[in-house]
Amino acid sequence: MLRYVLQRIVATIPVMGVVAVLVFVLLRLSTGDPAVIMAGDAASEAQLEAIRRHMGLDQPIVVQFFIWLGQVATGDFGTSLHYGMPVTQIIGGRVGPSLSLALLTIALSIAVAVPLGALAAWAHGSILDRLVMSFSVLGFSTPIFVTGYVFVFLLAVKAGWFPIQGYRPLANGVGPWLTALVLPTVSLSTIYIALIARITRSSILEVMGEDFIRTARSKGVAEVQVFMRHALRNAAVPITTIIGIGAAFMISGVVVTESVFNIPGLGRLVVEAVLARDYPLIQALILLFSFVYILINLIVDLLYTVFDPRIRY
Amino acid sequence: MAILTQDPGSPAAPPSIARAVRRALGSGPVLLATCVMALMVVMAVAAPLVATHDPLAIDPTARLRGMSADHWLGTDALGRDVWSRVVYGARTSLVVGLVVAGLAILLGLIIGVIAGYFRLADAIIMRVMDGIMAIPSIVLAVGLVSIAGASMMTVIVAIVVPEFPRVVRLVRGVILNLRTEPYVEAAISLGTPLHRLLIRHMIPNTMAPLIVQGSFILASAILTEAALSFLGIGLPPEIPSWGNIMAEGRRFFQMLPGLIFWPGVFLALTVLAVNLIGDALRDALDPKMARRP
Repeated sequence: MLRYVLQRIVATIPVMGVVAVLVFVLLRLSTGDPAVIMAGDAASEAQLEAIRRHMGLDQPIVVQFFIWLGQVATGDFGTSLHYGMPVTQIIGGRVGPSLSLALLTIALSIAVAVPLGALAAWAHGSILDRLVMSFSVLGFSTPIFVTGYVFVFLLAVKAGWFPIQGYRPLANGVGPWLTALVLPTVSLSTIYIALIARITRSSILEVMGEDFIRTARSKGVAEVQVFMRHALRNAAVPITTIIGIGAAFMISGVVVTESVFNIPGLGRLVVEAVLARDYPLIQALILLFSFVYILINLIVDLLYTVFDPRIRY
Repeated sequence: MAILTQDPGSPAAPPSIARAVRRALGSGPVLLATCVMALMVVMAVAAPLVATHDPLAIDPTARLRGMSADHWLGTDALGRDVWSRVVYGARTSLVVGLVVAGLAILLGLIIGVIAGYFRLADAIIMRVMDGIMAIPSIVLAVGLVSIAGASMMTVIVAIVVPEFPRVVRLVRGVILNLRTEPYVEAAISLGTPLHRLLIRHMIPNTMAPLIVQGSFILASAILTEAALSFLGIGLPPEIPSWGNIMAEGRRFFQMLPGLIFWPGVFLALTVLAVNLIGDALRDALDPKMARRP
């Protein structure tokens, strides 16, 4: 088991390496001469030369890459051009809202989608099944910024149940925090629920055709037991997979949702950074999002062995 | 005799694409989706005829109006006709979607064939693809847009880059499988030249999955363009696109929700239709998927 965990962790290193190269190239393509940006417009040629030497820009590009990689590995992402503060500090201040939104969304999605998908599989072919599947296709096709505004219009503007936008930190109390996050979470969850419900339904239907289900039934196991213990449990692996794949949708979704609801999180920060052409910040955020995505997929891989002891690599 | 009869379910005998497509489009919801798509295409192609106003014409005397006989869907903050802008938006969305899907498939096909056929290139290509796929697509697109600034070309490239690695992976998989097929081995042993082997024997087998993949890229590209434009980092604001109309409508949302809802409805309908058609194509063209419940 430990060997497998180590193997999986080692396997992510080349992917992270390629991402680092891509982001480095991206930054170099975009900024041209970083020294000019660091120094500002009024700098003399001698000052520029000094900055270049200090930043290692007079070295060959490959050496520059490793200097940069060393800085990144030690948590030094440079200084934001727009805010004039260390990038890590700015990012640190924005993690809370995004993390709140993402975790609430995952919790809500799983809590709604798995029973919904199971119900559709249980009542396979019925009107209920059709309804769930139609919702799934619809939810998957409607962009978050459309669903988000529909919810805002109906539940915030018309009904007045929730704030229209904004964010309240958890430190100010659970009540305001949760109230402010209800609409963003529900909007972002729609896509996720659609995706997970669909996979849950089809995985359970596939498992229900297996021999061991027939065996369980023929030895007289109650139908509810067959469904819960045998079908649902075996469907856990594909469901976990889709949660990992869906993490990409989730990250993209966080970017859009935070803009719709004016939540000061990492997603809004990406957009602000692009509008301000703040390249050190953009670069750090791309690296961070990719790292999170790779990490989620690593965790999903490791979860397989928990859900299905037959999987041993 | 039994040996000569082809098994329609086996991958070696792919169903005729045209027949499968006809069959797939026959069912109720898919037929409806096809009609919706046909309408969108007509709207996009004949935009000058379908629109009632110039989508760029500013009218300061008629700002932020509701629906009326003259302005079917009202006007925006500059007094531009929303219906006409939505109609031209269909053109923008479909052009971006189709160009992205076309480029992603072409690029993916070329690189996928190289990766699948030449072992040496395979390892490097696939590592790079893994790296690109590890960057969430909107984040990568946002990063790419930030380099070159907002333009149609930038947005298209920014959406192609996150999309094409999936095509590479798909094509590579098909080519790797085909290499062990007896008929390919036979062709190689007969001394078939490489270009003929690839064009006649291998690439046609990638067509069915590529059509399916292409439809999903189309949907995803339309969504991503709208999302980028909505965030204010996509197409330049003077191009009428559904995302741009919504971005401009955000400030006046409480007063005139139509500025967000109408382009949103068209966007959702289009993506829904493309996804439904894509699902039907997959069921029709991929026998392995179709056999599932």
